[in-house]
Amino acid sequence: MAEVLVYVDHVDGAVRKPTLELLTLARRVGEPVAVALGNGAGDTAAALAEHGAVKVLTSEAAEYADYLVVPKVDALQAAVEQVSPAAVLVPSSAEGKEIAARLALRIGSGVITDAVDLEAGDEGPVATQSVFAAAFTTRSRVSKGTPVITVKPNSAAVEAAPAAGAVEELSVSFSAAATGTKVTARTPRESTGRPELTEAAIVVSGGRGVNGAENFGIIEALADSLGAAVGASRAAVDAGWYPHTNQVGQTGKSVSPQLYIASGISGAIQHRAGMQTSKTIVAVNKDAEAPIFDLVDYGVVGDLFDVVPQLTEEIKARKG
Amino acid sequence: MSLRIVVTVKYVPDATGDRHFADDLTVDRDDVDGLLSELDEYAVEQALQISENSDDDVEITVLTVGPEDAKDALRKALSMGADKAIHVEDDDLHGTDAIGTSLVLAKAVEKAGYDLVISGMASTDGTMGVVPALLAERLGVPQVTLLSEVSVEDGTVKGRRDGDAASEQLEASLPAVVSVTDQSGEARYPSFKGIMAAKKKPVQSWDLSDLDIDEDEVGLENAYTVVESAAERPARTAGTIVKDEGEGGKQLAAFLAERKFV
Ligand SMILES: Cc1cc2nc3c(=O)[nH]c(=O)nc-3n(C[C@H](O)[C@H](O)[C@H](O)COP(=O)(O)OP(=O)(O)OC[C@H]3O[C@@H](n4cnc5c(N)ncnc54)[C@H](O)[C@@H]3O)c2cc1C
Ligand SMILES: Nc1ncnc2c1ncn2[C@@H]1O[C@H](COP(=O)(O)O)[C@@H](O)[C@H]1O
Repeated sequence: MAEVLVYVDHVDGAVRKPTLELLTLARRVGEPVAVALGNGAGDTAAALAEHGAVKVLTSEAAEYADYLVVPKVDALQAAVEQVSPAAVLVPSSAEGKEIAARLALRIGSGVITDAVDLEAGDEGPVATQSVFAAAFTTRSRVSKGTPVITVKPNSAAVEAAPAAGAVEELSVSFSAAATGTKVTARTPRESTGRPELTEAAIVVSGGRGVNGAENFGIIEALADSLGAAVGASRAAVDAGWYPHTNQVGQTGKSVSPQLYIASGISGAIQHRAGMQTSKTIVAVNKDAEAPIFDLVDYGVVGDLFDVVPQLTEEIKARKG
Repeated sequence: MSLRIVVTVKYVPDATGDRHFADDLTVDRDDVDGLLSELDEYAVEQALQISENSDDDVEITVLTVGPEDAKDALRKALSMGADKAIHVEDDDLHGTDAIGTSLVLAKAVEKAGYDLVISGMASTDGTMGVVPALLAERLGVPQVTLLSEVSVEDGTVKGRRDGDAASEQLEASLPAVVSVTDQSGEARYPSFKGIMAAKKKPVQSWDLSDLDIDEDEVGLENAYTVVESAAERPARTAGTIVKDEGEGGKQLAAFLAERKFV
């Protein structure tokens, strides 16, 4: 069976969930060969093997952390040359898309970004995408070269599928361009203890209606009662009430959880672009005409300062 | 010293309009009003700020690849304060994908001459966010992308990139390709004076032959990807909407319990 390269997103060896989802999709198209780069690359092998990687190619050079994007493209290109895969799958983060695009250009291939599903097809893998703020669903494929496809988080289930996961060192010679953009300082994002926004099964978001940073506590309390991640609209972020890393929408994160709860959010097209594919959508808004209600499975027209705390209390009571 | 900045701007269908696909499955640009992609206004803004903060002679050229109407996007950027514009237009460009677009932009940027290219973080129609990286790859210069803060001094560009896991300070020497996010600072509105001045600013038109690009390198037929189908997402089935009469939170909790979230 043909091999499929899977680019591993990990933090010091801890594999992030979207990569495990990619392994599920990769197995539909071929045998997954994982590529893990940077500090801790070797430590990813056990998790990757458990989810279907037949091989794990690793390279731990310092360049991956010290310079932007290009060293990773060099490594992935080396892996493509070594493996001659049927496709290359990359998690759809901002960086993942840049790596994928540059790789595709170098190897004479096309690139598809932000796939939400992937199936084998007669002429190569077929990617499903959600476009125009999720108003349309398209099916596309790469028609030239080795398909390079980036896939969004929550596009497939994580499945156990034990495989060999044999670790092999990837030999990479860096290009002249590799050291072009230096990372002179890095401040890791502080952990909130809550689930990762893009990976969470439940997202609880607040918007302009929350009316102040101090009030986001009631959104966080609801999130914590459900074990959810916290999101925010751009209006709330621009007002300085919540960090930009939590923004949901076109210029923030795109989320596709099982449940999305929007409070005090009107539902502008740019916000919808980041949450419209959520499975169940719930909203609390005091304006019955708010466009968010067009999307909901359940909506409460009311003041969020009454409804949300009551909801949180009731959830806690039910959970006992 | 002088600094030549080229800002790449895209003309896109209005996101608040009824966007859809044409019969050949390319983005329909006829039925929906177009405009300068809002996210590219941030790129124009940063070019203007770099110019205002510089002791050098800075010249800002805005560049678009797009149909006839794309001139509107250039005019808007000129009225914000850019100095001149280049419009790459050719019938053979219809349906060009990101790989092809980056080729055209790279050739045009080279022909125009540049020290710094500034792009938006993503186009609001395609939303791929890959053209700046592709452009850097083609030009063989550093990519310093997705910046929420940018500055240029002594031939060096510096900026802050807020990534998923960390916030990074980046640095590269010119020439370079930069892209900026919507966190980089609100874009200015064109002033009346700016709008009047823009009418007199030069807009150059180039076609593929001006850029030594073969027609078989671009266009729908030669794209590296094919869209096989596009279907409107079925409207969500109308949900239950209740008015809070004091029990709204409890009712919502009951719904969540019924769906097994609690
Ligand atoms: C290029 C571009 C990119 C953008 N990207 C994004 C993005 O990534 N994410 C994003 O979210 N937006 C984005 N926007 C902005 C978007 O257009 C909207 O302006 C934004 O989503 C509005 O946020 P909001 O719903 O919180 O605020 P508003 O639209 O002001 O809505 C607030 C809502 O709260 C309700 N409300 C007020 N008080 C209460 C109360 N006490 N109880 C209950 N309800 C209450 C009101 O009825 C109203 O419906 C973008 C815009 C552009 C042009
Ligand atoms: N046709 C185009 N003409 C000029 N600039 C473009 C064009 N397409 C993309 N760009 C630039 O590349 C950025 C990212 O676009 P994209 O990769 O398509 O999301 C945009 O913000 C623009 O700066």
